[in-house]
Amino acid sequence: MNIKKRVAVVGAGITLFRRRLKESGKELSFHAVNMALESAEMTRDDIDSVVMGTAPDAFDGIHMKSENLLDGAGATQKPYTHVYVGGGTGVFSPIGGWWHVASGMHDTCLVVCEEKMSPCFPHPQTAFRTIWDPITSRPLNPNLVWIFALEMHRYMKVHNIPKEHIAQVAVKNKGNALDHPSAQLGAKITVDDVLNSEIMVYPVNRLDISPPSDGAAALILASEDVARKYTDAPVWLDGVGWALDSAYWTNRDLYYPQYVEEAAKMAYKMAKINDPPKEVSFAEPYDPFTYKELHHLEGLQLAKKGEAPKLTVEGVTARDGDLPVCPSGGLLGVGNPIAAAGLMKCCEAFWQLRNEAGKRQVPKAETGVCQAWGDLMQVGTVCVFKRDS
Amino acid sequence: MFEAAVKAYVDAGVNARKDIGSFLTAAEDYWEGYSIFDEFVPDQLGAVLRSVCTIGGDGLLAISNGAMQIETGLFDVVAVEAHSKASDMLTFDGILSHALDPVYNRAFNAHPYFIAGLEMQRYLHATKTTREQCASVVVKNKHNAMDNPLAAFPADMTVDEIINSTMVSHPLTQRDISPLADGCIVMVLASEKKAKELADHPIWLKGLGWYSDTPWLEARDWSAAGYTNLARDRAYKRAGIKNPRKEIDFAEVDDCFSYKELQHLEALQICESGKAGKLAEAGEFNCDGSFPVNVSGGRLGAGNLLEASALQSVLECVQQLRGHAGKRQIKNAKTAVAQSWRSVPTASGCVAVLSNEL
Repeated sequence: MNIKKRVAVVGAGITLFRRRLKESGKELSFHAVNMALESAEMTRDDIDSVVMGTAPDAFDGIHMKSENLLDGAGATQKPYTHVYVGGGTGVFSPIGGWWHVASGMHDTCLVVCEEKMSPCFPHPQTAFRTIWDPITSRPLNPNLVWIFALEMHRYMKVHNIPKEHIAQVAVKNKGNALDHPSAQLGAKITVDDVLNSEIMVYPVNRLDISPPSDGAAALILASEDVARKYTDAPVWLDGVGWALDSAYWTNRDLYYPQYVEEAAKMAYKMAKINDPPKEVSFAEPYDPFTYKELHHLEGLQLAKKGEAPKLTVEGVTARDGDLPVCPSGGLLGVGNPIAAAGLMKCCEAFWQLRNEAGKRQVPKAETGVCQAWGDLMQVGTVCVFKRDS
Repeated sequence: MFEAAVKAYVDAGVNARKDIGSFLTAAEDYWEGYSIFDEFVPDQLGAVLRSVCTIGGDGLLAISNGAMQIETGLFDVVAVEAHSKASDMLTFDGILSHALDPVYNRAFNAHPYFIAGLEMQRYLHATKTTREQCASVVVKNKHNAMDNPLAAFPADMTVDEIINSTMVSHPLTQRDISPLADGCIVMVLASEKKAKELADHPIWLKGLGWYSDTPWLEARDWSAAGYTNLARDRAYKRAGIKNPRKEIDFAEVDDCFSYKELQHLEALQICESGKAGKLAEAGEFNCDGSFPVNVSGGRLGAGNLLEASALQSVLECVQQLRGHAGKRQIKNAKTAVAQSWRSVPTASGCVAVLSNEL
């Protein structure tokens, strides 16, 4: 496989992640884009195309909301595309940007993700009521946390995993988030705090869940031909992968995310990674729930099936461990404005690979993997970033 | 979706599970009545556990993204889908109102087609085009649809019937507006090398362009289609087209509202600005005219398929360029232009140049 143009990341930006930020979605996008442009010393004139990633329109209550957001994203009178794979959108948007540049059609692409969940009253969960199949599932009036509880339970049952091991993920990520200036829920907590927090749906406790948030993030991609015009230290987006499983989630075994495996294999093949645990220096898997980080580490081939909890308990995935996982603080710590949270992970990879992550910096960062997940527990999106060498 | 996908795969001679690398669907959640409609795409396209995504735009934007995916070298074959199930919508007007800016425009509490009424008024005033000339577009397109077996609204009507139909937002009448229809279109794209293997006479995408103008109603030039001007320049440049009127044989353009066909033809430089109305009235854009436009019937005759209308335009171009258009076949057609607009309140659209010669 010969890719036409190698694609670099040259700038990144992010807003605060909070519930009920006063800014509109347009304004949040504007702040993230501005930070990204300034970090690369670029202006809007340097941008050839714009890709917007944003999750359900129902959150903002705006039909075709990408059209409404486009001026905030700097896309007025530009080629503009809205790409979308539910919760996986955050890590998918840079993939959309990647094909804009790798195809040779555009030299630069600005990737923007925005989410404003707080307008949903009384809670964003009400928007999730309309994600279900109207015939087979909606009459049961399901809640999103229910199916994650089912999945978590299945995962624990198959591998005989104690809840204490899973709770460790929340302790780690909320602790890491203390060092992230955008973070909503950085905290020093213990495993007991997680286990003793309110049970939402057994076995999911309140502290197993990431918060609803508002926020935006932006990433600037440039082709190998022009990247060095903007930066001496480009980070390379060398592998992309995405896969979508069947909508009929009741027909598959939930203990393992096969769709993440398919997406990861596609991305590793492109990035020429043969032995992921050895070649990947840190990972930012999607962690809206504690068990999902573990589930996804296994799907990403960074841990054997059922062994991710052990790695967490042994400290391997801590920021100073052999395989730092969610050094940013992840969704559990930084917050979960859905699409923006995924792109936040890619921003983190960019900063880590340029040694710009400050207190969050992991040692010897050469290759980082970011992943997101979404739809009805069915989509995996994967990006592999490499340091310039 | 399943029915259209099977037809497309059989036509292209591909096995979805083995040959197609990536699948794109053009959809919007509010049209579907789901949050995250993307969930329900893979099964009926034969795309389970494969690379699938949704493009929140019209079908031609999805084609543009599919073409870029192929250009990267990552995939040889890509499938693009778009559909409309407008009959499921009980509150189309309410859904469309939700696309208006929630702070500045939604409070008007008006049917969102008021934007088309205002724009038509501005276009008629700026170009001296008449309501009769706009109505002649409706007459033509509904008449053309009589020869299109897939069209939902074929009819023989008169200019008077259109002008005297119920006024929606002056000067826009009920019959100036394309009625909603259901339908699905799936297309298979392939790299140059793969296309030559799969088909004896593939239709080539020679140039693509897609642009968005400002989302602010208050900041637009209401007399012209700025998004099409930008997209046209990009697409014509890629296709090497310098004199569109001479080098292109026919067009399928967006005619969501009657005046839009005229505005879009001017933006595509098929005629001078302000002249499209006169030419339409004189029959130049008829099937047997000097430059046939919307031979398929367009949105006015074939039906407004929402995001899929753009693919309906491309489908007609492909059928004409293959010589498979039956009773409505244009003779010696070699190069076509397809153009799309996402309708009110957006200012986003695409342009594609297609040809049966590489």
